[in-house]
Amino acid sequence: MRRVLQYVALVAYVVFLAFPLLWLLSTALKTPQEMALTEPTWIPREPTLANFGDAFGEQDLVGAALRSLVVALFASVITVLISLPAAYAMARYRGLLNKVAIGWVLVSQVFPFILIIIPLFMILRDLDLVNTLPGLVVVHVTFTLPFALWMLQGYVRAVPRELEEAAAVDGAGRLRSIASVVAPLLAPGVVATLLFSFISSWNEFMFALVVLQNPDVMTLPLTLVRFTGPEGVARLGPLAAASLMATIPSLIFFAIIQRRLKSGLMAGAVKG
Amino acid sequence: MRITSALAAAAILTLAAACGGGGGGGSSSAPNEPVKINFLSLAWQKESVAANKQLVDEWNKANPNIQVTYVQGSWDNVNDQLVTQFAGGTAPDVIHNDSPALSGFASDGYLLDLKDKLPAELKSDIPQSAWDTVTFDDGKGGQGVYGVPFLQESQVIIANKKLLDAAKVRIPTADDPWTWDEFSEAAKKMTKDGSYGVAWAMKSPVNKTLNLALNFGGTFFQTSGGKTTVKVGPEEREVLQRIHDQLYKDKSADPDALGQGTADPLPAFYKGKFAMLPAGVYLRQQVVEQAPDGFEWVTLPAPKGTSAQQGAVSQTLSIAQESEHPDEAMKFISFFLNGTNQAKLAKGDWLLPTSQKAAADPAMTTEENGWDVATASAKNLVVAPFLKVNGFDEWKSKVATPALQEYFANKITIDQAAAKLVEDGNKVLERYQR
Repeated sequence: MRRVLQYVALVAYVVFLAFPLLWLLSTALKTPQEMALTEPTWIPREPTLANFGDAFGEQDLVGAALRSLVVALFASVITVLISLPAAYAMARYRGLLNKVAIGWVLVSQVFPFILIIIPLFMILRDLDLVNTLPGLVVVHVTFTLPFALWMLQGYVRAVPRELEEAAAVDGAGRLRSIASVVAPLLAPGVVATLLFSFISSWNEFMFALVVLQNPDVMTLPLTLVRFTGPEGVARLGPLAAASLMATIPSLIFFAIIQRRLKSGLMAGAVKG
Repeated sequence: MRITSALAAAAILTLAAACGGGGGGGSSSAPNEPVKINFLSLAWQKESVAANKQLVDEWNKANPNIQVTYVQGSWDNVNDQLVTQFAGGTAPDVIHNDSPALSGFASDGYLLDLKDKLPAELKSDIPQSAWDTVTFDDGKGGQGVYGVPFLQESQVIIANKKLLDAAKVRIPTADDPWTWDEFSEAAKKMTKDGSYGVAWAMKSPVNKTLNLALNFGGTFFQTSGGKTTVKVGPEEREVLQRIHDQLYKDKSADPDALGQGTADPLPAFYKGKFAMLPAGVYLRQQVVEQAPDGFEWVTLPAPKGTSAQQGAVSQTLSIAQESEHPDEAMKFISFFLNGTNQAKLAKGDWLLPTSQKAAADPAMTTEENGWDVATASAKNLVVAPFLKVNGFDEWKSKVATPALQEYFANKITIDQAAAKLVEDGNKVLERYQR
């Protein structure tokens, strides 16, 4: 009986999590008349693909998705490459400088980005990076980095120093012990950070709006907003269809990478 | 593995290609190359986007030496985007916006004064009342024209024909609209059997009530000795009080619609929960698209008070001060907003053209979908008084919106609402006049 209840709770939770996606799918397949019913329907009475036709016909969704994918992949990989060694240093080397650095990382999260958007734009302009995907990658890396650093630092701390000391006893130098002992144990943390960076970049709107002005370089969030009008009025059908297509790449990315999100790798490693 | 390598290669190629995009607004051209103009458009409805793209294509084919790039923006965030682009010197050459946004950008020197650039034909085709919506202080003691007004919105009443006929009330026409008293009586007659006469969607109450307040001469702002202050006298209170009465005295207005956005009450409208929905003319498009088969509806003119005047704002095309090709940009605007093309744009957006030639187009005067009533209402549009008030946006969001929402929710009296609008409002305006 207890097991049944557990499954019921689990199914309820899954339905709760999947609800927005299912509703998006349902809306994408509805006619405008059905969307305007006072009693909403779950399963469209007369399913239509017209919304997908409109969404793909009016906007370059495939091109925008490809550009978003490129930006998100580059931004997430670069973020991890930079934050991994920095996180190791922050976790392992203690001292005043370290505390100041951690404090600064936290403080940097406090600033509302709208405050710095104009100076940032001017810097990018001077570097000739406005209207380019590398410019957006730089911005996304800069803004994801502090939190990624903070996340990874926690994972590094969780790796017992004793493992590195044991490797040292066996004759491994610091680089060798980092590469052979610490790095494999950090895999779940790296994957989590990669996911966080990827999704942050994939969904980011405001910086993209400001940095990218040429239609040939616009990313997916900028394309989706074109289905909305003034005072919150939107073309719900094409918007739902386009949004549904926009969630698919990140779902695939998550599905591929989630197997690496294993825990318990270190269980029993330092039993003594 | 192959897939991974292919994806990586594609990613690198795309990124490398994007590197070639170059910075800046992209409007500078080599000596023998065509002039390049970026046109930021905010069209978003299917027909409107199609009309915009078609006109740009037509222009580009006919003018190989002046090539226009169509860039689609969004009403939701265009002003954030422009603030940054103006400050960074990369704004588009031709900018679509609405007249309330122009005043601030013009006073900051970001928009070109078009006064001496407007072709005579374009100038004479658009009435002065529309030009007034884009005329602001030029900061040198004169007046400048900072955009070409091309689409305007008026308030109409979208009504359920069956319920209207059943109430046996006089059907108002563009020449003989209801008075507010007649409108209230009609709403009372239509309130029966669980359905209401009218629904006021007041999530964003300010523009709607301020524009309608002109029916009784309510302007909400007065300027004396160069100083602008808020005023809420009998003229300003009239429309506010009448809407409030429909909600709480006559009980002829659906209370459920009160907190809703403009389009939100439509599902209940189709179901017959209320008979009339006062709204902007553009909402007809949603009704045409969404209304269930067999649902009959009509467009009625807005009620009149001591006059039928309504405040108007315009959609506009402006030229950035920093544009390297202002003359070419003006040529493009003149083509884009000629009478024939304005009719196409107005039809696509379900709004009213400012061009008198466009307004005479048969498509703008047909009875179908209420175009005749909508187009006729344009004659009542006068420049909204708040358009020229420095600090209006802050007054609207921080003072007027919450005060009017509380008043229409019956949480405060009209005296308390008036006190907030005036006292808190004047503190806001004062900061803009130092």
